[in-house]
Amino acid sequence: MLENLSAFIPNLPQVFQPTSPLFTVLKKAAVYSLVAVSMNLLNGFTGLFSLGQAGFMLLGAYTYAILMVPASQKEQVYYLFGGCAFDFSLPDAFAAIFGEGGAGGAVGMILSCLIALILAGCVAGFFAYLIGIPVLRLKSDYLAIATLGFAEILRAIFQWQKLGPVTNGANMIKGFTTFSSFNITNASGATLLRLSTFVPFLVSSVCILLIVLLINSSYGRAFKSIRDDEIAAEAMGINLFKHKMMSFVISSFFAGVGGALFAMYVANAQAKAFTSVMTYEILLIVVIGGIGSVSGSVLATFLYVACSEWWLRFLDSEQYIGAFKVPLLRNGFRMVIFSIVIMVIVLFFSQGIMGDKEINLGALIGKIRAKRERKQ
Amino acid sequence: MGNALHLENVTMQFGGVVSVNNLTLDVPEHQIIALIGPNGAGKTTAFNCITGVYQPTNGLIEFMGRPIVRNHPVGKALRNYKGECADKFASDPVLNPTPDQITGMGIARTFQNIRLWKSMTVFENVLVAKHQHAHQNVFSATFRKNLAEEKRMREETMELLSEQGLDAYKDELAVSLPYGLQRRLEIARALATNPKLLLLDEPAAGMNPQETIELADFVRQTREKYDLTVFLIEHHMDLVMNVSDYIYVIDFGSEIARGIPEEVQNNRHVIEAYLGVADEEAI
Repeated sequence: MLENLSAFIPNLPQVFQPTSPLFTVLKKAAVYSLVAVSMNLLNGFTGLFSLGQAGFMLLGAYTYAILMVPASQKEQVYYLFGGCAFDFSLPDAFAAIFGEGGAGGAVGMILSCLIALILAGCVAGFFAYLIGIPVLRLKSDYLAIATLGFAEILRAIFQWQKLGPVTNGANMIKGFTTFSSFNITNASGATLLRLSTFVPFLVSSVCILLIVLLINSSYGRAFKSIRDDEIAAEAMGINLFKHKMMSFVISSFFAGVGGALFAMYVANAQAKAFTSVMTYEILLIVVIGGIGSVSGSVLATFLYVACSEWWLRFLDSEQYIGAFKVPLLRNGFRMVIFSIVIMVIVLFFSQGIMGDKEINLGALIGKIRAKRERKQ
Repeated sequence: MGNALHLENVTMQFGGVVSVNNLTLDVPEHQIIALIGPNGAGKTTAFNCITGVYQPTNGLIEFMGRPIVRNHPVGKALRNYKGECADKFASDPVLNPTPDQITGMGIARTFQNIRLWKSMTVFENVLVAKHQHAHQNVFSATFRKNLAEEKRMREETMELLSEQGLDAYKDELAVSLPYGLQRRLEIARALATNPKLLLLDEPAAGMNPQETIELADFVRQTREKYDLTVFLIEHHMDLVMNVSDYIYVIDFGSEIARGIPEEVQNNRHVIEAYLGVADEEAI
């Protein structure tokens, strides 16, 4: 939406031009914040230390990609395997009902995208259920190792050549509906309204809202009691296995949706993107934001993504102040500074930015109002 | 009146160590029964067998006349078995419910070393104990389908807190309460599960004499108000002699005496167990 401003106000600062890194950051952060919150539900609120997030994102991304590649694109995408073994495509199915272009086409695209996102979550949730049966009996570090292993196995399986006709082997799947597909264009192809930043925000917000509602319900309280003391929780009538499984499946569902959004963001699905490094990145965000704080996770995601993708970019190239060449700056220096920043945060804010508190807008406004009244 | 709880030949063996040996006891309804014994006698292990934390190696536990836990040693456990009556329940099916199922049947407990949920307030600690009886699934809870039930749970919790004199502390973190009130909160939390039988594991541990006297009254009042049966483990002789209707004494896992407080107080075995065997030369 913001991107559109430039069309109306031509002299806008460069930050708000459509090509600005601001929008890349906003899109990526919107996607990552959902995954971070889903990981926080499991690690921060239920106390299950799982490192399988990238694996469930991979499942979501592939489910979305495979369902959303239109038949016309399949030949081209799967050219190494002589076409796709999976005939169904959601956009084609909806195009058959609502028609190709115009309002019908838009409805078809939104519906197919929505259904594919939900299915992506369901597939991730289903696999979480299967793997949860043996794995959730493990505690702390052992659970982390088992889920990490599961994610790595998934990544290897999806790159397997034998599965090529479905997963396209180690190659990427592309050609499906992405965020920029939601930009509204006129007949000549010029963009009228850019919604590509708005869509990930909308989907993430709805999902995070659902997670917050769950956390504040009776089940959320039961999750927290398991985190605080399993033995006491069990003695007070809370079925440990059932509640752990519930948290695991729900967290994986949203990780799957997050994975599908990630595929939309990068406009392709490729197994090699979903490495354990991605899980660590998200774990880092959760730790920086505060384990057990949803608003902390969201805040930390935006800061983290902005730092890594935008604010610290200048460190990677040579900079001159007048005629003076700033020393040390060269390719890769960004990561040095970035690591130091993270170390400082972990050392001085060992509870993360928010600890286990939430940003409470109502209380914040009340506090500001009280301060103002005191001044008068 | 029948028995709320009945233990028959309950034996709990860990490897070669018999922690509870052939324990048979009855807890009649609406009475306060105590289980006492020196340190390491196996009292808490017996509690853990009743509440499903451990599966006893052998024996039967009945609650309100219904068998809830039953087991017998087989295979390797049978070869290493040091207890008695190994074949008594061999023909009956094994019953091994989880702690939450047992709590659902109406047995609630407290812990020797207080186990409150640290990050939660006093109010939430009690509210969570109501979760198991809530008629909602994860979807109806997320989408706030039955606000009426949530409201009822909150009202019941508030009522329970004010009955226990904890309503002034409701928004404080549970761990910030003074020790005596933490004990009381743990009992309130156990009561929130609507129990018929309350198991108290050393409720007077760490209390001063004044607090102990108050606790005795509190236990009696609680029994009356909620129509409970109370089964407690205790070290504090003052409390046990004051509050209980009947006492079982165990040492090294085996029963050494039983009776009303006066009988137990003067029992030679009990005195020996607590004070040691009198040396003949010293006399």
